[in-house]
Amino acid sequence: MNAWLTAAPILIPMLTAALCMVAWKHPVVQRGLSLLGSIALVAAGGALLSIVLNQGIQVVQMGAWAAPFGITLVADPLSALMVLIAAVMGFCVALHALGDIDPVREKGGHHAVFQILMTGVCGAFVTGDLFNLYVWFEVMLISSFVLLSLGGLREQIDAAIKYVAINMVATACLLLAVALLYGVTGTLNMADLSIRVPEVPNQPVISAIAVLFIIAFGMKAALFPFFFWLPATYHTPSVAVQAIFAGLLTKVGVYALMRVFTLIFTGDSGWTHGILMVMAGITMIVGVLGSLAARDLNRAWSWQVVAHIGSMVMGLAIATPLALAAAAFYMVHDIIVKTNLFLGAGLVRRLAGGSTDYARLGGLFKTAPWLCLLLFVPLGSLAGFPPLSGFWGKLLLVRAGLETEHYVMVGLLLVTGLLTIWLVGRVWAEMVWKAPAEPPAMAISTLSFGRTYLLILPLLLLSLITVSIGLQPERLLNLAGQVGHSLTDTSAYVQAVLGTTPSPQPTLLGALETEAMP
Amino acid sequence: MEVIMALAVGGMVAGAVYLILSRQYLRVMFGVILLSNAVNVAILTVGRLTTGNPPLIAQGTEVMDHAAANPLPQALVLTAIVIGFSLLAFALVLGYRAYQEMGTLDTSAMRVAEPEEKP
Repeated sequence: MNAWLTAAPILIPMLTAALCMVAWKHPVVQRGLSLLGSIALVAAGGALLSIVLNQGIQVVQMGAWAAPFGITLVADPLSALMVLIAAVMGFCVALHALGDIDPVREKGGHHAVFQILMTGVCGAFVTGDLFNLYVWFEVMLISSFVLLSLGGLREQIDAAIKYVAINMVATACLLLAVALLYGVTGTLNMADLSIRVPEVPNQPVISAIAVLFIIAFGMKAALFPFFFWLPATYHTPSVAVQAIFAGLLTKVGVYALMRVFTLIFTGDSGWTHGILMVMAGITMIVGVLGSLAARDLNRAWSWQVVAHIGSMVMGLAIATPLALAAAAFYMVHDIIVKTNLFLGAGLVRRLAGGSTDYARLGGLFKTAPWLCLLLFVPLGSLAGFPPLSGFWGKLLLVRAGLETEHYVMVGLLLVTGLLTIWLVGRVWAEMVWKAPAEPPAMAISTLSFGRTYLLILPLLLLSLITVSIGLQPERLLNLAGQVGHSLTDTSAYVQAVLGTTPSPQPTLLGALETEAMP
Repeated sequence: MEVIMALAVGGMVAGAVYLILSRQYLRVMFGVILLSNAVNVAILTVGRLTTGNPPLIAQGTEVMDHAAANPLPQALVLTAIVIGFSLLAFALVLGYRAYQEMGTLDTSAMRVAEPEEKP
């Protein structure tokens, strides 16, 4: 039963996607299936997290092949937490999509491809095998290509070209890094790698491979200097797609960095984590400056996605239990807030008549007072106003930074926070206080009551989660603390995967052949 | 043999980088093809190059009694080829579509999503 539950985050969306494809010509059926599948995924994610917290790390060996030889699925506190939060985002976005996606995109298979995207995301979270991680990244990638270009607007095609090109290079880097690591250790199982990597005699090779992993995952996570594709693409697809991209995709890259740089590459942390630290610092500043320079709500939010990736990677780079807990907490907060902000920006775009240019915004409080109140929650949380969730995440990160005397990074984090408050103030002034440039289009009132409800409900849900995390942070703090400890002391993870007996030393074939020679 | 393979990989990556630096989308795609093939050759090389014997266990025995080619890199390469092929097919169709929409494949002329801002 537990084994099925560990595999459920992959099986449920995959099954949903398959059923959606069977019902290709019946969009109504697809809508129902997509919603049901998303609800089932949330239930499975919740059950998985509670089992992991109560009974320890869950491990399944696919096809019953013993650990280092077959593919292993592992659910540790971080994986389970990420699966649950991804499932909740999937549900909210699927709900929003029911009201938002136009018939053309629906006929193009939006619901099916969306579920495949969720399969890839959840698969990347629960896999314990490096090559399998690459495969899930690819699943995620190709479905994101389709979602990005679905609808076929000119700006979508333009954005998709750049997104596809950068991601194909990133893919090649990741594959090469995985292959080189296999070449020096003879294994692809992450737990096994964490034992084998320190035993490799030629440690500088390991450091070089680690840097290749930073480049590959850095491109996925939009770290400086590989971030430029993100503000070029994220504002073009439909609102539901924007929200799930902003919420989840880059965070999968951060998750992969967290997994690899706590479990496998811990030997040369002065070098690798130093690189991550520098990249994180520059990412924060560049992201927030970009968001201030943008004159468009959606594009400002895209830059904000970049900025806050930096904060999470800063937690990873400091790598104390507190810092890793802070990174996990921040990741949960940021996923919820970014999804919420992009969904909100979609509604603002509807009200402003199809554009989120600052010049077209204004007078939102008169057109839609309830939406204003609802949007204040993610905006405040983004800026880090206490007691919303962003405040606790920043507080933890600052504490972790001060404890380890990373004063420059703490300074950069606080400056980023300050500039974010400036951005939030400016957005509020442009969106709410300013008089509208032209009479409001009032597009939302032309929608039926049911559709308006579908569009608003996810925002309400996400805002409620943000407020409840803000007012009741202990539960998530405790959970993040467990994540932090499990990432610093990985022996439980390794033991859960490999069992008590150490796996046999792999015989590298080159050695075997030289022995066989006379 | 490893040296020759390593040099081949290096040469292919150099060619790929040259092509990827081009502004023409199609050339970038050719660069990507070359790059993914270079990576595939690299996988084969790091999986140890061995000649001859297939990794088969003789009937009646339970372990392999001879040195054999490593099957795992071949499985990895096969997976990577399939994935790379599907990605490339999508990328090429996308390029065709972009040419229909924008009339150019010069990436520096594609400014629809990010229009040049007025000072």
